[in-house]
Parts: sequence; C-alpha cells; structure tokens
Amino acid sequence: MAGTTLLDIKGVETYYGNIRALNGVNVQVNQGEIVALIGANGAGKSTLMMTIFGAPRARAGTITFAGTDITQLPTHEIARLRIAQSPEGRRIFPRMTVMENLQMGASLDNLKHYDEDVEKVFALFPRLKERIAQRGGTLSGGEQQMLSIGRALMARPKLLLLDEPSLGLAPLIVKQIFDAIRELNKAQGLTVFLVEQNAFGALKLANRGYVMVNGNVTMSGTGKELLANPEVRAAYLEGGHH
Amino acid sequence: MAATVSSERDDVATPVQRAFREALYAGAISLGLFVLFIGLRTDQNISNELILVKRWGLLAIVVGAVTVGRFLYVAYAVPAMERRKAEKAGAPAIVAEPGFVRRNFNKIGATLLILYPIAMVLAFGFQGSLKWVDNFGIQILIYVMLAWGLNIVVGLAGLLDLGYVAFYAVGAYAYALLGTHFGLSFWILLPAAGAMAAFWGVLLGFPVLRLRGDYLAIVTLAFGEIIRLVLINWREVTNGSAGISGIPKVSFFGLMSFNVSDPNYIAKVLHIAQSGAYYKIFLYYLILALCFLTAFVTIRLRRLPVGRAWEALREDEIACRSLGINTTTTKLTAFATGAMFGGFAGSFFAARQGFVSPESFVFLESAIILAIVVLGGMGSLGGIAVAALVMIGGTEILRELDFLKAVFGPDFTPELYRMLLFGMAMVIVMLWKPRGFVGSREPTAFLKERRAVSASFTKEGHG
Repeated sequence: MAGTTLLDIKGVETYYGNIRALNGVNVQVNQGEIVALIGANGAGKSTLMMTIFGAPRARAGTITFAGTDITQLPTHEIARLRIAQSPEGRRIFPRMTVMENLQMGASLDNLKHYDEDVEKVFALFPRLKERIAQRGGTLSGGEQQMLSIGRALMARPKLLLLDEPSLGLAPLIVKQIFDAIRELNKAQGLTVFLVEQNAFGALKLANRGYVMVNGNVTMSGTGKELLANPEVRAAYLEGGHH
Repeated sequence: MAATVSSERDDVATPVQRAFREALYAGAISLGLFVLFIGLRTDQNISNELILVKRWGLLAIVVGAVTVGRFLYVAYAVPAMERRKAEKAGAPAIVAEPGFVRRNFNKIGATLLILYPIAMVLAFGFQGSLKWVDNFGIQILIYVMLAWGLNIVVGLAGLLDLGYVAFYAVGAYAYALLGTHFGLSFWILLPAAGAMAAFWGVLLGFPVLRLRGDYLAIVTLAFGEIIRLVLINWREVTNGSAGISGIPKVSFFGLMSFNVSDPNYIAKVLHIAQSGAYYKIFLYYLILALCFLTAFVTIRLRRLPVGRAWEALREDEIACRSLGINTTTTKLTAFATGAMFGGFAGSFFAARQGFVSPESFVFLESAIILAIVVLGGMGSLGGIAVAALVMIGGTEILRELDFLKAVFGPDFTPELYRMLLFGMAMVIVMLWKPRGFVGSREPTAFLKERRAVSASFTKEGHG
C-alpha cells in the first residue's frame, strides 16, 4: 500500500488579507504513512491544515487528494472525500453529549456502520465510554482531545488530519494519544498527517517529517533523520524534552 | 445600594438592627427619587394652564412600601435564604428522582390543553366560556406556536432572528389576500401560506448566510421592518394601514360552516342553539393541533441529521464544516422551517381576527416572541410553553384586574402596565434562572443500552 501519494500539496500560497501566510508549500503524504509537520508558533502549520480544507482557500498552487483536485472544492465536499480533521483547539460541541458528538462525526452518510464504529472508538479510548452521556464541555482537556479524534474517526477517514493533538495536555495523556495514533496507523493502516509543536514526540511517531519556518518548508526527511539533524535539534528539541 | 454601603462595617450588628438602618437608607433614597416623579405631577386646568398637582399621599405610600419592604427583606428574607443555602451545602447532594408531575409534564400539559375548553364551557356556559377560550386559550397558543417556530431558528440553530414577525405577517397576508380575492378555503391556504413564508425565509437566509450574532440580528430586524413598511405602502395590494377586513372564516373541513347565514351553519346541521362559542372552540382546537404539529416536527427533526446539524451549527460552525456539513443548506433549512411555522400561525391569526393590518406586525411582536423563547430556555419546548403562558396569560389577566381601579382611582388602566410587568418578569427570571425556565438540553443520542448516569454529570454550568 505504502508509496502511492494520497495527499499532494504543490506550491500552495495562502493569504490572510494581504499577509502571506504560506509561501509556496510542497508537502506529500503517502498512503499508510504518519507524516509530521513541525514548526514554531506562527510558522503557518495550522494555516496549511485549514488550507487543505479550503478555509482559507489557497491563492496559488494545487492540493490533490487521491487523484482529485480539491483546491477549489467547498469545505464540506472536501470532508466528504473522507478527509477527517481534529482541528486546532479540538472544537468539540460543548453542549452536546459525548455520544452526540460522535454521531455528528458520522453524519455524512452511513449510519449503517454506526454502532460498529462507535465501539471501535470506545475500544481505542475507553475513557470516552465512561463519559458517554456527559456533555462535551465538561470533559477534561485530554478527554476532549480523545473525543475530537474519535469524532473524526467516525467518518471512516482515508486521511486523518490532527492539528496539535498534544496542546495543553499532561505528558502522560500525550503519550496515550500518540499511542492511539500509532495503533490506528498500524492496525488499520490509517494515513495520518499531524501538525505538532511537540517536535520530539511527533518525529518519534512519524515515518516522515517536514519542518516549517515562516510559511516555508525548510527541511524534510524521515522522522529519524530529522531527530538527528543538528539544526532541528537546536531549534526545536534542545531544552526540555526528555 | 444601601446593602453595599453598610455590609462591610457591621458584621456585628444583628439582622434587625442592620435592617432598620438599611430601611432608613432605602426610604431616604426612594424619597429623593420619587419626590419629583410621584409627589408632583404637571397637569392642565380648564383654561389650559399648566398647574402642579401635589400627590403627597401617594408619595408617602410608595416611600413607606420601599422602607418596609427593605426592612423585611434584610431582617427576615436574607437570613432565611442564607440558612437554606448553608443547609444545602451541609447536606450531602441528593439527586432527587423527578416527581410524577415533572416526569409526565408533557402528557399532563397536553391533556389539560385538550380538556380546557370543555372545562370552561362546563364552568361558564357557552357564552361565558368565550372570553376564556378566545382571549386566554387561543391567544396564548398562537404565541406558543410562534415561539416554537422561532425556537427552531434561535434555539436550535442559534441564529438570532429579530424579524420573525415578518413571516407571521407573510402568512397572515397570504391568507387574507388569497382568501378575500379568490375565495380559496383555509385548508388550501394554510399550506400555501406556510410555503410562502418558508420561501421568504430562504430569501432572508441567503444574504445573511455569512452573518452571525449581533450582525445577523440587525439585518433580520431590518427585514422585519421592510416587510411591515411594504405592507403599509403598497396600497394597491394590501390596502395600506387600513388593512384587510372581511377575511373568510375557517370552515369545518368544508362540511360545516360557522357563518350564521350559510345553509350548512353548524347549529342548523347539528340542530343545536346558535352560539359564537362553537367557532372559538373550533379555532382553539385548530391552533392546538397546529401547536402539536410544530412540537412533533421539532422533536422529530432534532433526531434527524438536519436537526442535529442545526444544533451543531449553534455550537461551532467551523467544526461543522470540517465534518462535512453543508452549512449553507443547514442555515437555509432552519430559516425556512422556522418561517413556515410563522406562516401557519399568521394564516390562523388572519382567519381568527377576520381582519389584518400592519399594526399587528410591529417589532414589539418579534421582541415578545423572542423574549418568550429566551425566558422558556432556548431549545426547550416545555419551558417555552410555560413562558408563553406566563407572559401572554399574565398580560391578559391584567385586563381582568378591575378591582385595582378601586385602589388607584378610576383613571387607572392596568393594561398599560403590561410592558412594565413583562420587563419585571424578565429581570426576575433571568436573575434566578439565567438559562430560562428549562435550561438544560435534552440529549438525542444514546448507546443501545441506556446507562444510568448521575444527573450531576450531565448538568451544565452557567455560561
């Protein structure tokens, strides 16, 4: 399976008003891979994530998903091609219960697999099952992140986008979440593209990685290579991690 | 104000001492406030001169009431409330099993509503029941229906609509014009009015798709005014502010008529005495049925993808879009569905009144409907019905309070104070129940085996 390109981002430029946030970005995600995009605050990581979904839309360049040009598609139609996202800040529905949040993730078409898919999510995150009737807004940060990923998985995605899944979480919870991502990738062959500030954890998890600085991709390589790279080490890894 | 001034330095004083002092403060403040408002009044005498009327007696009563009220509040009410709070905090939190009434609230409510006209007829006779069925029953139910319709837009989809009365007007004029000019029956025009209102709902929806919150509120407010101004100025069609009269009555599904002159007048068909009450009772059940329809559709829609999408849209639009929900159609269906029920209510209103004019569709109506939705608790049908009962029933009861004339003199018209009461009720409800009568949202999705979950988990915080 691995090898065919699932998501191909070519020369993408994105603007906020007149400010250029992405500067001709090239990123490839292959079938069955975990790809990490690391970079500092304001480098444009989340912008790239949202640009894949067409909000904001790329002003130049093309984004291709499984052979389809999605650059100009409306957001909801991009999602219907089975790209699922756990957005920055999780964005779960706070007044809805855990169950309802999961149901929203499955709202695309098939409620056929609904029960099966819910059980899969609960198997991955048993904590969610304990909280099943609780309102999303009353969950802890880690549980909300689990719910956000679980909701994305309900759509049976071909590609899972994760925007800073470790944001604001305790190291133990981060480990749980990263383990779950690894598990999803290994057991189900799910392709994952994740954006992280936690460079060490993300690069250890990922097959390949990209480094983004000021709207440009400056480096790429396998996770191991980037972890060993002195520049990456100096910029993102020294001082703090393990 | 007095409370904040004194509460810091006299923790030692007994409640009664403190209450006495605060009562004096309150009395002094109210004297200062009201001496010009109540104590003196300007009036014209016969020769058109401005004269001062002094009302020291009334001023004394008001100041006395404030003083005594403050005294009682600080001396007895506050300590009692604090004691209760302390007891509650001390006792272990017991999640009370909801009582019989609360569990079966909807069923009991529906049964009472169905039995209401029968009870009124039995109690007051056909003629005597008119007022109770018409002024209270039908009037309240119209607002229940309007508020339930608006609830779809505001409560479920979270789109703040200040111009809802526009759809009510579209429905009313659709029935009034088509009914008087073409003589079409109510039963054809009811769905037509609903469809027309829904169409206008979509028309309003398109330009405001990108707006939210206060911006949306302003545009919808303007939309409501535009419809009203068109009704006033398009004289050739709408007859301007003079309105349209002689709107045909609803027939009993075409089988019986409620016009005394018709050959199939209900009293002639059934061989019973003539009475205007039959029509009112029929209208009561008609609007009740329309209300049930609204509630049924709302409850069903909430369990369908579109209803869930509305609720998700209220929570987070961006998340919705990234989950593949088409927010454009979701918003438009919310506007259209809400508007449709407004249109139904409007055509019913026109049939009931027999007369429509732009006067009936002013902004105040939109505000009242919205107030009912907010007071009842956004999204909660039961709470909204209770709010409509309290607000509309309350203002209707004011008309009945003739004995107040004995207290305040023959010039006193209690109806004039209805907005004052409306405002007071809103302030009080929002203080005690900031999310409305029923603040919690009923979940719609469950795992197959329903698990018992402690209520403390599912409760929402105030926000």
